[in-house]
Amino acid sequence: MTSNNPSVFLVMVNGQIESANFPEYDDLYCKYCFVYGHDWAPTSGLEEGISQITSKGRDSSQRLVWNFPLDITFKSTNPFGWPQIVVSVYGPDAFGNDVVRGYGAVHIPLTPGRHTRTIPMFVPESTSRLQKFTSWLMGRRPEYTDPKVVAQGEGREVTRVRSQGFVTLQFNIVTKDMKKLGYDTTSTEQVSPPQ
Amino acid sequence: MATSSDLREKLRNKRRALQESLGKVKDDTQALVPYDSDATKESDHTAVEELTSRGDDPGEALRRSLKAQRMKKKKKLVEEMSMEIPPEEEVVKAEVTTVQELQFEQEELSEDTSAEGARSARLQRDLPPLPVLRANSSLSESSMRQRVTEKLIVAKSIASRKMKQEASQEPPSRLQSLRDRELLTRFDREADPDLHEAEPSFAARVKFQDAARRAIRDKRGETGLPTAEEAYNFFTFNFDPEPQERRSKGQTKTRSRRREGEDQEDELDQEEEEEEEETEMEREQEGEEESRDRDEDAPLVRDEEEDLFIIDQSAQDFLEVKKSEYIGYNRRVLREREILFTPSMRAVPASSKLPENVQPRYPEEEGLYVGERPPVTLSNQNILENRILKQDQGKKWFGDDGRIMALPDPIKESSSRPPLYHLEEELDPALQTVYRKALKSKYVNRYIAGVGDTQGDYQLDVDVSGLIFSHHPLFSREHVLGARLAQLYDQYLSRQHKNLTCLLTDKLNGLRNTIRNMLELHSGEGISHVTQHRIAEYKQEVRHTRQLRDSEQEKDRTLLKSIIKVWKELKALREFQGFTNTPYKLYIRKEEVQRALDEREQEAEILAEVAELKAESEEDYERKMSEYRRQLEEWKSWRRKQKALKKKQKKRRQQSQDVNEEEDEGEQSEEELGEEPVKPEAPEKPDIAGLEQQVREKACRIRRKPGEPVLVPELTASSPVTPNEQCPRGEFARREDAAKCSLFIKVLYNDKEVSRTDSRSLNADFRVHFGQIFNLKIVNWPESIKLQIYESVSSFSSLLAEVCVPIPESSVLTGSAPSEELEFSSNQRVTFNHEGVGSDVPFSFAADGSNRQTLLTSGKLSCCVSWAVGDDDVPLAPPSSQSGADMHSGLRQMDAIACIGASGLNDMKRLGKWAAESRLDPNDPNNASIMQLLSVASGGEVAIPDYFRLEQLQEEFNFLSDEELQRSRRFRLLRLRSQEVAEFRHFKTIPATEREISEKVFEDYERRLKEGELVDTKEHIDAHRALVAKYLQKVRESVINRFLIAKHHYILSDLVVEEEVPSIGVLGLNLFKLAEPKRPLKPRRKERKKVTAQNLSDGDIKLLLNIIRGYDIPIRKPHTSKPAAAAKSARSYTETFTATASSQTALQGNDWPLGQPVIRPFVEVTFQRTVLQTSTAEGPNPCWNEELVLPFSAPNGDYSTSNLQAVRDEVFINIFDEVLHEVVEDERERGSTVHTRIERHWLGSIKIPFSTIYLQSRIDGTFKVATPPVLLGYSKEQSLGSEGGYDAIRSLSEGTFLTLFITIEPQLVPGDTIREKMKDVKFDTQEVERLLLACEIFEKDASQRFPDRPCLTTVVDINGKSVFITRFIRPLAPPKELLDAFPNNLQEATELVARYVSLIPFLPDSVSFAGICDLWSTCDQFLTLLAGDEEEHAVLLCNYFLSMGKKAWLIIGTAIPEGATAYVLTQEQNRYLIWNPSTGQYYGQYDTFCPLQTIGCLVNADNVWFNIQVYAAPMRMSFDVTKPKFWKPFFSRSFPDPGLSSVQPEELVYRRIDKAAAAELQDRIEKVLREKIMEWRPRHPTRWNRYCTATLRQFLPKLELSGGREMAEEHRLELQSLLGDYRISGFPLHLPFSEIRPIIEAVYSTGVHNVETPNVEFALAVYVYPYPSNVLSVWVYIASLVRTR
Repeated sequence: MTSNNPSVFLVMVNGQIESANFPEYDDLYCKYCFVYGHDWAPTSGLEEGISQITSKGRDSSQRLVWNFPLDITFKSTNPFGWPQIVVSVYGPDAFGNDVVRGYGAVHIPLTPGRHTRTIPMFVPESTSRLQKFTSWLMGRRPEYTDPKVVAQGEGREVTRVRSQGFVTLQFNIVTKDMKKLGYDTTSTEQVSPPQ
Repeated sequence: MATSSDLREKLRNKRRALQESLGKVKDDTQALVPYDSDATKESDHTAVEELTSRGDDPGEALRRSLKAQRMKKKKKLVEEMSMEIPPEEEVVKAEVTTVQELQFEQEELSEDTSAEGARSARLQRDLPPLPVLRANSSLSESSMRQRVTEKLIVAKSIASRKMKQEASQEPPSRLQSLRDRELLTRFDREADPDLHEAEPSFAARVKFQDAARRAIRDKRGETGLPTAEEAYNFFTFNFDPEPQERRSKGQTKTRSRRREGEDQEDELDQEEEEEEEETEMEREQEGEEESRDRDEDAPLVRDEEEDLFIIDQSAQDFLEVKKSEYIGYNRRVLREREILFTPSMRAVPASSKLPENVQPRYPEEEGLYVGERPPVTLSNQNILENRILKQDQGKKWFGDDGRIMALPDPIKESSSRPPLYHLEEELDPALQTVYRKALKSKYVNRYIAGVGDTQGDYQLDVDVSGLIFSHHPLFSREHVLGARLAQLYDQYLSRQHKNLTCLLTDKLNGLRNTIRNMLELHSGEGISHVTQHRIAEYKQEVRHTRQLRDSEQEKDRTLLKSIIKVWKELKALREFQGFTNTPYKLYIRKEEVQRALDEREQEAEILAEVAELKAESEEDYERKMSEYRRQLEEWKSWRRKQKALKKKQKKRRQQSQDVNEEEDEGEQSEEELGEEPVKPEAPEKPDIAGLEQQVREKACRIRRKPGEPVLVPELTASSPVTPNEQCPRGEFARREDAAKCSLFIKVLYNDKEVSRTDSRSLNADFRVHFGQIFNLKIVNWPESIKLQIYESVSSFSSLLAEVCVPIPESSVLTGSAPSEELEFSSNQRVTFNHEGVGSDVPFSFAADGSNRQTLLTSGKLSCCVSWAVGDDDVPLAPPSSQSGADMHSGLRQMDAIACIGASGLNDMKRLGKWAAESRLDPNDPNNASIMQLLSVASGGEVAIPDYFRLEQLQEEFNFLSDEELQRSRRFRLLRLRSQEVAEFRHFKTIPATEREISEKVFEDYERRLKEGELVDTKEHIDAHRALVAKYLQKVRESVINRFLIAKHHYILSDLVVEEEVPSIGVLGLNLFKLAEPKRPLKPRRKERKKVTAQNLSDGDIKLLLNIIRGYDIPIRKPHTSKPAAAAKSARSYTETFTATASSQTALQGNDWPLGQPVIRPFVEVTFQRTVLQTSTAEGPNPCWNEELVLPFSAPNGDYSTSNLQAVRDEVFINIFDEVLHEVVEDERERGSTVHTRIERHWLGSIKIPFSTIYLQSRIDGTFKVATPPVLLGYSKEQSLGSEGGYDAIRSLSEGTFLTLFITIEPQLVPGDTIREKMKDVKFDTQEVERLLLACEIFEKDASQRFPDRPCLTTVVDINGKSVFITRFIRPLAPPKELLDAFPNNLQEATELVARYVSLIPFLPDSVSFAGICDLWSTCDQFLTLLAGDEEEHAVLLCNYFLSMGKKAWLIIGTAIPEGATAYVLTQEQNRYLIWNPSTGQYYGQYDTFCPLQTIGCLVNADNVWFNIQVYAAPMRMSFDVTKPKFWKPFFSRSFPDPGLSSVQPEELVYRRIDKAAAAELQDRIEKVLREKIMEWRPRHPTRWNRYCTATLRQFLPKLELSGGREMAEEHRLELQSLLGDYRISGFPLHLPFSEIRPIIEAVYSTGVHNVETPNVEFALAVYVYPYPSNVLSVWVYIASLVRTR
């Protein structure tokens, strides 16, 4: 692996899904998965995960804290299709049905270092008011066929969404051999200071 | 005088002394006394007294403060007794009579002292003096000032007494007050009463307050001196801002007095503290409390003995004990009452609202009009009135009637505006809204675009450098001449600079030389016409130039002459007037010339000119002569005519005698000829001699005489100007005036003055230098820049002239712009009575007053307007394109451009053309710029390309050149992947570097590309097939491209899962479900969860096959039962034996009647080369009930929907018979050892394409097993006895059946969205819109009512166009050969036709056009392609049937195992037959084994009927389409058939049968199969039995003829007779031919090659029977033979 001519570069991601801010909902849990291009392959770590259910704190910030760890390493030959993390949040509605509370995706930061990302979350809207009512009544809200849809642009034009809240993620990125393969992700001045 | 430092020092000392000894009070005082040397003796004395008498701490404090005050103020005291007065109150002070004050104070003094004396019962006593005082003051009517003083004194006395009391009796309370002082500011009076309310005197004081109030009111009413009031106001303002109101209302003074007393006390306390601080504080205190100081000082100064006995501090001062503060409720209420005012709601008596003794007057009663007041509630009104009454001058708010003044209610009862809308009418025309077009403000355009955001981006610099007067009213005569001289000299200089004469002379010489050269060149020889012409032109040019030069020379000379003349005049004038005004001095330099040379030159010049002139005049003469001759000729001819005419007339005259007539005629003739032309005169010969004379005269007029020196004038300003003193009076006055005169210039931008220069005085030489630059930041477009010259004489300025400055073009920038001189003049008439010549006034230089001149004020303004340059060298000019005027001014300099137009400037060609045409003088400096431009243009440096490039910079942005991109393997791989090329679509992790990619990656792909072009005949065997395959491929590609958009077209359901809105029915069902038992007794199969085929990988998907049971499997046939086999008894014996043996092992033998061999069938499933088999069952109707799990892997690991649909793999389900052969090598071992060999004999197979399973998601049913027509060694004959009824039913159908359940685990979502997408992507269509709409409605309705019944109205043809389905149905004749085969038997012919159709290879659309949709091809296309799926087969079959005169329909329905499919329905005499077009089988309507499960709709050429019956199974429905209850027609009365033409051809053209090709193919297939079989048996030798093969080959044509039926028995017998020695097992396979691969596959699946007996031999025969149009029927007979002996 210490050869001077590496054939792949590695991106190590660890971090956590820290917390969420959903002003109206409580008792939420989240799922995450990664979406990446053809040239990417996870070498170790979990590609998908589901968190515990968390309730709102009593403090004024009303945050939902998961502190759900992420730890995955990707290898790739091509930065195209840079991995994105897709987070979907679920929780019970008024009737106790488990419904989706938000989808969101963000690219894993490109530069090494510590990054904090806040993803705005959204859910697909019902097609009509009647639908909305029945879905509310029956606890079967519209969902994406695949949460990974939110990481791609194709076909999004047919959907309507409503924004829901925010999820804060924290990433620590370590890359290897990127520069050797000619991909310079650090800015010319210096690595962005930790936030 | 005590300074502040003194004071501090004193205080320090004092404290020190205090600390040293509290007891030695006296010493202290004594020690203090010397310090107070500047204090009055009296005060000192009193201080001592006080000390002796009291010596209290408070006393000391008071004393100290007072002393300090005194020392401070001492200086200001006007007199000893009066208080010091701050400077601003001098006025007040002045009004107070000192005398009065003195008296008063003395009185008080006495009183106070008495008070001091009687200290007991102080509190009671402190009041009594006041009334006395009050009375006193009121009586004496003294000023306010006095009263105040009294008050203060009283207060002081109270305070001092109290203090004393406190000090003596209860020191803690004293301290408390101190502490209070700290807490409260001086102005917080509220807190103070608390301190004293505890005093028992409170009630008494209140009483007194009332009395005092009354007294004051009275007093004020009577006297109210303004001074007093002012003084009082002063007090109130400075002292207590809060109780103002009370005072203004004339409230108690006692209270304030008391408060003042407290104040004083407070003050003292405070001062006690403050004194310890900096003097600064003291000064501040002084400023703030001057008034109080006064109060305090008043008694201090007078009552010394009182004030000064409080001197020293005691220890108690440093200790504070304080009670907790509590304010009682009552007290608070009281206090609030003092501050707050709650207006009463009760009505105010009228008397209080009106001036006293005035009765309310009611104007209404007096008959005056009073408007109605606006309604106000009475209570509110009362509140308001009460409130107003509390105010100053409150009464002015009340009217005469005692009510608040109010305007009448302004609200009118009715609207005063005319009604806009009438009920019926339109809007009043006058009120109609009229649309006016928006007008553009003329100022809009004047704003420079974008100036808003970049404020001040544009800046004009106006540089006004100076002014020179060429004439000014104050000019003296000398000045006039001087100015003229200067002007002339300037002119001279500029001419000199241009040097036109010289230039023109040179040009002239040049031209002459050219002409000479030309003439020499051609020296007399025939000069060409062109040359001649040019010479003429040159000559013309010479003449012109000469004239120009002459005039220039003349001008030069006159100029020189006039300069000299003016100079002479000037000199004369100077002499005449005796002084010099101007510094001008003209020197004339003479340049000597060589006379001889000069003469020669001149002579030559003259000669040349003369010669030219001569030539010219000669030429002229020539021309004139020719003209003359011509005219003369004309004239002569006329004359001749005339003569002729006259002769004629003469003749006539002779002939006739009538004279009159003759005359008439003569006249007539004369008239005819017209008037006689004037006889031309010959031109004069030019006077050559005279010419020379003329030239010489002219030369001497305009030129220097030869030898005359060249005169060069030189003007200097060096002449001394006569000083003023030496000038006569007139001149002196003029100079005075001139000195007074000054000028300034206003700068006007867009007619607004923006700035002006400083005023500068006029110099003696009438020049003004300003040298000012104005930077104009502009927002508006520059329209005009004007400079106004103002002349001001002694503060009176007048406009002299106005100069307009051109707006500079944007290229004119500060720094580079040259200064311009702008001339101006004024027509003001100015006259002077001194030497000044004035303006517009005639004057004369001559003494006699002759030669009068009138001059107007004029001059030149030197200025420069340019655009500024910003800090970063950016010109602050607006873009020039916006201003056309600028453009014009810029081009003005080049008249060439003006000539060809501005557009020509860009057109070098035109410019060049113009230059050539106008023969631009290249030497002319005016043309230099153009010439340069032309040279550059012609030099090709500015070659303008003929083409236009859109993205000229694109190349720079390419990070690689295209070639490199092509060459790079990595990029190629990436691109191919993104293009979704099948091979690379799922290529993971393309290496990062080039070197890691081998060329091999592309090999497959490139080969495939090549294959597309080359037809691999070996693979396809038949060239035609290859072509078809290629064509299909192409169609497929084009269709894929067409549908690519559709593929990427998403609908909501693709992305979002959303519950359907439940209908009532569903809701009810759901409710019903609630009542369902949790664990029903008969559970139903639940729908499995469907999985999207996205995140799947190899091994995830499994194919589940549940093989339940089989029916009617052929059974082994014992040889013995046949008589033909008798001869071979030995063999049969063995056979029987084996059979018995096997049956014995199977323990079944007994079930079967007599010697009947059993069968041990098992099912083997082959899928993707995975082979699984069930256990072996027994008997012809076995029951396995076994589940087989086969793994599935998608090609390329791609589990996307489209790819899964394209999977071509088939599931082969084969039924084998397991045959056990006992292999006994040694008979002796028979008893102990069982040695058997297992052989498997293929009985039949079912193949189901994976795509069907995938699309259907499950296949459940009983299927017919494709069995070979002949199965050697097996028969289907059954014993009649066994299982009677059951067999009877089954015997109706022939063949073997297998009950299966196939599904995929997990269940995959089939790509059923394609159809929906198709609807979104509208196909091109030729159908009318109305029809399509109807189709849509029809299909929608159908799918709503019966979602499971397929309904088709429009289909997509091979070109991707929507076509209505009925257009495909048209009677088409089948090949003639088929009809001829059975001319008499329609039944047979029909079956043959069906067979023919079934022989056309089957190729499902969904496979060929993966992920797309069904494409329907027409019959001719189908026959050409020789590939199609159910639809094509069905359409063709239906069309054939129709042409054969049958009633036929196309059935759109679902069948097993195909899924959605198309069958054909025919109506025979009394029954309906259902035909499966892909097998050629037909079923009766009530056939249980008919694979058709549901019927959706029927189609024929005229209509489409949708099945609206309860059941869709063919068995349970009616096919009578005329019944609208059962069938819903598409075309009905409401929507009749528009008469759609068919898309099918008129007639099908069949290609002839090519037997030779078939034979060739036959050989080839046989060869390939042989090789394959040998290949499949790598470990065993494969022997071929030639004899058998030959025999089999003979059978095959027979089989073909019979259609594969009824042959078995005969066949077998024949075979057995031939091959008696062998145990033979084999069968013929019948296939339609498309490619060789399926044949191989089919052979492989039979497993014949798997026989591993060492002595096995094989026989293989292939027979290809050609049908018309290259439809081939392939028979493969394969058999394995085992020699039994």
